[in-house]
Amino acid sequence: MGDTIVRLPGDDTPATPGVLVSKTRTVDAELRARLRGDTAFRTGVLVLSLAATVPLILILVFIVVRGASSINWQFLTELPKPIGETGGGISNAIVGTILLIIVASVVSIPLGIFAGVFLSESAKTGLGRVTRLSVETLMGIPSIVIGIVAYVWVVRPLGHFSALSGGVALAMIMLPVITLSTEETLLMIPLSLREAALALGVSYPRTVLKVILPAGLSGIITGTLLAVARAAGETAPLLFTSFGSPYMEMNILKPMASLPQTIFYYATSPYPEWQSLAWGASFVLLVLVLALNLVTKLVTSRWKTQF
Amino acid sequence: MEDSVLTAEKVILETRGLTAGFDGKDIVKSVSLAVPEQKVTAIMGPSGCGKTTFMRCINRMHELAANAQVSGEVLLDGEDVYRLNPILLRRRIGMVFQRPNPFPTMSIYNNVVAGYTLNGARMDRADRDRIVEETLRRVTLWDEVKDALYRRGTFLSGGQQQRLCIARALAMKPEIILLDEPTSALDPKATAAIEELIVSLKGSVTIVQVTHNIPQAARISDYTAFIHLGELVEFGPTNKLFTVPKDKRTEEYLSGKFG
Amino acid sequence: MRNPRSSSVAFRTAIYLAGIAVSVLLIAIFLSLLLSSRPALVANGFRFLTGADWDPVTNTFHSLAFVVGTLLTSLIALVIATVLALALAVLMGEYFKTGVFASVMRTAVELLAGIPSIVYGFIGLFFLVPVVREVQIILGVPPFGVGILTSAILLAFMVLPYSASIGREMVSLVPMDLKEAALSLGATPSETIWRVTLPYARSGILGGVFLSLGRALGETMAVTMVIGNSNSLTLNLLAPGNTMASLIANEFSEATGTVYLASLIEIALLLFVISTVINILGKLVINRMVEAV
Repeated sequence: MGDTIVRLPGDDTPATPGVLVSKTRTVDAELRARLRGDTAFRTGVLVLSLAATVPLILILVFIVVRGASSINWQFLTELPKPIGETGGGISNAIVGTILLIIVASVVSIPLGIFAGVFLSESAKTGLGRVTRLSVETLMGIPSIVIGIVAYVWVVRPLGHFSALSGGVALAMIMLPVITLSTEETLLMIPLSLREAALALGVSYPRTVLKVILPAGLSGIITGTLLAVARAAGETAPLLFTSFGSPYMEMNILKPMASLPQTIFYYATSPYPEWQSLAWGASFVLLVLVLALNLVTKLVTSRWKTQF
Repeated sequence: MEDSVLTAEKVILETRGLTAGFDGKDIVKSVSLAVPEQKVTAIMGPSGCGKTTFMRCINRMHELAANAQVSGEVLLDGEDVYRLNPILLRRRIGMVFQRPNPFPTMSIYNNVVAGYTLNGARMDRADRDRIVEETLRRVTLWDEVKDALYRRGTFLSGGQQQRLCIARALAMKPEIILLDEPTSALDPKATAAIEELIVSLKGSVTIVQVTHNIPQAARISDYTAFIHLGELVEFGPTNKLFTVPKDKRTEEYLSGKFG
Repeated sequence: MRNPRSSSVAFRTAIYLAGIAVSVLLIAIFLSLLLSSRPALVANGFRFLTGADWDPVTNTFHSLAFVVGTLLTSLIALVIATVLALALAVLMGEYFKTGVFASVMRTAVELLAGIPSIVYGFIGLFFLVPVVREVQIILGVPPFGVGILTSAILLAFMVLPYSASIGREMVSLVPMDLKEAALSLGATPSETIWRVTLPYARSGILGGVFLSLGRALGETMAVTMVIGNSNSLTLNLLAPGNTMASLIANEFSEATGTVYLASLIEIALLLFVISTVINILGKLVINRMVEAV
């Protein structure tokens, strides 16, 4: 087929209308090339997407398999043993993470909820906007910087590492998450609910505490769970605050072990037994974090359909 | 179907038993219609009667929606469009949408030739300039925008934007232009300008226009099809259909008994 | 019944104070960093920003090597992540919006977003480093395994889920009738995506890139584990290096000497400033996109 169908605009030749091609290819060839390009594009998108997700999924599967094999009762309830001895567990790390979260929550949850209430009510005011900016800035601060601040505020005055300082650092990390999700939750509650309460003569504090917050409870809880999930996985700020310890510790004024810090310590060590512990600890941490995320998702979808 | 209606006209597009819908439910029910060349054919009917769905089957846009189904024939110049490559087909049929939608990331100039550049056609600067000026003159927009060709089209008024969209479709020199209620989002002055434009295009391109604006159909169309609940109720020359409608439903619709 | 007005006022005040407390906290953080790094600010002076040496023995503390390390790892990670995230965004926003495969992909991406940094680091150490080492052996370069490129790749995967979610949202915001206009002109689906959808979502995607950059800058643990911890300034991607965050993570708990410690805090201050600026820029860009829609 040696014919080249060329139709330039303004051309009076009675060629097939709507045909516009380059001067060197026929209609069919040009279209086929474009359709090939279309398929190539689609394939490329698919390949890249799989490249982005599949390797990590495979590795997660690896962790589950490898880590799960380390999990036994001994692993969860014993303290780490010195090098050379087999066995041992991460019980102190598990307890440590729990205690650190508790310390962090005591401060961040009430403050975060109240700040969220403030934001939801004054979003449009000048102070509200400033506060919002502060919260979002806080959220973006690298966690290691937060760790340094906690060091300056708690470790230095006390003179030694402590779980308290680690809790303070985690509190600063959890605070913006709780604040923003509380605000988001409360903004979704219809105005009519508040007005109904006020119209009945209920005072403002009671309206908030007994009507609005309960209505948004699921959303607030999920926000808290998300904050906990994030804090539980943080290592950097704990490196020089709670620092870590080979012992079971309940005193928050002493250094304390935690799951992520334990993983770091054992993973970067040269001993295979300790590395196994790190796999097991990773598994436990992953289960914890992913379970929290999953619960959050379930609760959110059920709650959102309410309104 | 009234074939006799069109003996005097050359038919450019014909549908035979066109049935279309979504999710197993048919919205267009076996519509058989012949569209005459280089005239304005209005597709008229109350909201939801299937007129837009019908029109979108012509340039095979309907099938892009999820769970869409189509059956029947649509013949363009005697060829079944469902056997043609849809991309080539869409170059021969232009479409203008209800709300003006020039590409916001492109200048006015680039919007006019978008059909060419999106299709990857390489043209010299001179050819492109020529198409832009010719087409913008055709839609009487040239004088208004010739000094602002390289600005984005979003600063234009609604009426101007719609004329730009018509230009974009016309630049491809299509055989048919499909207009989906092109003036429903415009003010009266802009509407009048568009109607004038449509009438001026009559001799050079075939126009199919969906509308629920009865007076507009009466004003500018040569032929009108009345669709109700997915069925073609009546089709004929506009002056006859509006003055002596053959079907009772047509008469009721025209007198405003249902909208 | 208690006087409703006084309890109301007290309550309102409490809420007010909570709001102010956040801003106060932020200012306190900044001031603390500033004050605690004062010995270093005085001792190091302006050369802190321009010099490339970091030597505790001679009390020389300059940040350039680490700023460069941070920027290199983050920018490379960003390029890789943006390409992959765009692919995911197009996949989930255009080709597979609904259906089983779509939900699987979305769940996978959300799952990946929740993995803690330390686990990524562990994964990187055990899977990525050996692979890079092999490639380096093949290429005939020193087989460190760890290094700037390695951490950039790891960082890319960490930042990816976040940018993919933002990208998907931006792509799905593109109005349907614009895409239809392109298709009705005879464009193929990929041409429509490339020339209409993506340009429209451009500023939102850009904003997402900025925010991802903000995250990448602050990532510590994963980077610390695979970057090789070398304090010399280098532009060689295959060589070990250090970022501001990984430097602090490595040296802080063992730092002795006032100026040494204060210099590390000065690095933290620098990191704070840089990531805050980038985050604010990102938010501004995204807001502009949302407003335009």
